[in-house]
Amino acid sequence: MRIRAAKIVTQCLLEQGVDTVFGYPGSTVLDIYDEIYLCGRRLKHILTSHEQAAAHAADGYARISGKPGVCIATSGPGATNLVTGIAAAYMDSSPVVFITGNVAEDRIGKDSFQEVDITGIAMPITKSTYLVRSAEKLPHVMRQAFAVACGGRPGPVLIDILSSVTNKRVRGEYEPAEPVRIPAAPAAQTDVDTFAGMAAKASKPLILAGGGVIRSGAADDLVRLARKLSAPVCTTLMGLGIAEADDPINMGMAGMHGTYAARTLLNECDMLVAVGVRFSDRLAPDPEKFAPSARIVHIDIDRAEIEKNVRADHYIVADASLALRQLCEALPRKDCPEWMEHARRLRARTERKSPAARAIIEEIARQTDKDAIIATDVGQHQLWTCQYYPFSRPGQLVTSGGYGAMGFGLSAAVGAQIAAKDRRVIHITGDGSFRMNCGELATTAAYGLPVVTVILNNGVLGMVRQWQTLLYNGRYSQTNLDRGPDFSALARAYGVGAYKAEDLQEFKTAFSDALGCGKAAVIDCRIPEDDMVAPSFFGPDFTDITSEV
Amino acid sequence: MGEETSHILSVLVENEAGVLSQVSRLFSRRGFNIESLAVGTTDDVNVSRMTIVVKGTDRMAEQISKQLGKLQPVISVIRLPREDAVSRELMLVKVEAQTSQKRDDIIRIVNVFRANVIDMARNSMTIEVSASSAKSEAMLSLLKEHGIIELVRTGVVAVERGSSSIYDYRREREEFDLGKI
Ligand SMILES: Cc1ncc(C[n+]2csc(CCOP(=O)(O)OP(=O)(O)O)c2C)c(N)n1
Ligand SMILES: [Mg+2]
Repeated sequence: MRIRAAKIVTQCLLEQGVDTVFGYPGSTVLDIYDEIYLCGRRLKHILTSHEQAAAHAADGYARISGKPGVCIATSGPGATNLVTGIAAAYMDSSPVVFITGNVAEDRIGKDSFQEVDITGIAMPITKSTYLVRSAEKLPHVMRQAFAVACGGRPGPVLIDILSSVTNKRVRGEYEPAEPVRIPAAPAAQTDVDTFAGMAAKASKPLILAGGGVIRSGAADDLVRLARKLSAPVCTTLMGLGIAEADDPINMGMAGMHGTYAARTLLNECDMLVAVGVRFSDRLAPDPEKFAPSARIVHIDIDRAEIEKNVRADHYIVADASLALRQLCEALPRKDCPEWMEHARRLRARTERKSPAARAIIEEIARQTDKDAIIATDVGQHQLWTCQYYPFSRPGQLVTSGGYGAMGFGLSAAVGAQIAAKDRRVIHITGDGSFRMNCGELATTAAYGLPVVTVILNNGVLGMVRQWQTLLYNGRYSQTNLDRGPDFSALARAYGVGAYKAEDLQEFKTAFSDALGCGKAAVIDCRIPEDDMVAPSFFGPDFTDITSEV
Repeated sequence: MGEETSHILSVLVENEAGVLSQVSRLFSRRGFNIESLAVGTTDDVNVSRMTIVVKGTDRMAEQISKQLGKLQPVISVIRLPREDAVSRELMLVKVEAQTSQKRDDIIRIVNVFRANVIDMARNSMTIEVSASSAKSEAMLSLLKEHGIIELVRTGVVAVERGSSSIYDYRREREEFDLGKI
């Protein structure tokens, strides 16, 4: 029997447990789309308005479902439209398998219509890229791509398949195979022993937990270790939700817009256990001065993260969940009452002034029992969400942390809502970011996804404007958004719920109406343009530059 | 951060399309400067071996070898300490040699450095030298006085001294290699 090679693509997807893909068709993926059609209900395809959105949606889906996301696009512009989405998934270690078509073998290298070297373009933003020029290689490449995307430190991969491959008839039955997954690696016993020795000597231990802990499903193990070590926990932006917001052990977010408690404890601790973090510049602007009094233990699954930015006095290359469990078992209970008391006092310190967005974000939490999945775009609204939403479980926040891609939010919310099924997904965005990919309202409407979008509308590119206020003497170059559209009218045009809120009272009603309206909704929520994200630790001494204004 | 020196990396890669560009792009993307890169197949035609000389701090060299290890087609990466490695570079130099006096001078240099004359024309001589980088440089500075017409070098290739080889490191790396299959 002969089958069309495109069938190998869909068969491999099904074999890998994929039931939902995101994408956008075009001439080089016609055969793949024909096979998707033939799969019927076994393979659900979500058609977005733009390939970038399909990429972010597959990423959001992966973050929430814990399964690899899949995103398909055609060659040339379809493929390059994915690029921001691929990079965002790469920076946040989200497992997504991207599949693109390319022109036929006899047209490769001739600058043919819609030909682009997407494997070349995607090389630095993927774990691996594959160019498939023969049908025989297809099953192996598909399976390897899934294993690579999910294995070790997860991340995106890209498979570029020539259209002359997918439309080829190949001899022989397709042989299904069990998905191959790379087993998680435990810590070496010697590394555990060294850790125990260091922990015994420490009197001011601190844990810094990042996105890797969430990817590894290790949040509970981390909190358990923290209690055992008598160590307060701070997290990176990507690590929010690892410990419950109101757990006294949780010192909140570290880094540029983090808490005073986290900043102070990082400066004072004598042992820092950093798990699943990569010490980016937003966390460690001056790597040489990071946690200056501490002996640093870095636990990460990616050995290339060790000493990439910040020194490590000891390191453990292992899966976070396994390593943390091993440490919990090996370590005796430790007590540092003074240190914990000190941390508690720092934690209780209240801020001077809150932005208007705070009450809105807290209201969102209240009406959703702190249980909603929160997707954000990028800007002040994102950081306010990180600062004020009381995240209660890992993976609750879906945000473009590493890449900071405006336009991520609504698309990622689409993917998250499909993965989360019954759970609520709230999308908190800014007026600038929302404008970038608001066309995805069509997707929420078409698939009946009840994503509630809250636009914290300050009429400006607030985050950039804030820097202009603080560092450029208020010269507001190109950060005013004194233009349409009328977001409620836009929402109505897309057939989703449309609400406006001028103050908190109006927001309370609008939000509860939006939650109850049974479909996607947009709430255009006015906030002042001069509100700032504070603190903003910046400069050589990492001081709060918002404290003077 | 330590001082900047030259580091030799030996890299075994699968011999597939795009490997060279993947490896060289990694260096530019991470901001590391390649001093030289030499590549050719090994006794296994499916496997190529690269020798890369990179300038930077020790920590930088460590980081780049870890990043290299993450590339899919990379089978193994080792750092060769200078003192434990024998290294050679092949260089072809075409020099001006119009007079017999000049030719004699050049041949003397060639003999001292155990190089070879591989082509001789009325006005020029081409010299082949296979040596360590330092020796090549020394010879080059002498030849410069005669006027160099053109020069080409392969980049350094190096292997470990003694009987151990890059293949000894393969196992260890596989065990640690968590993001690859
Ligand atoms: C694609 C993209 N372009 C530009 C930026 C730079 N940038 C970061 S935040 C920001 C302003 C975002 O404005 P808005 O969405 O209204 O959010 P606000 O800060 O006002 O809450 C900009 C332009 C970015 N992060 N991403
Ligand atoms: Mg704004």
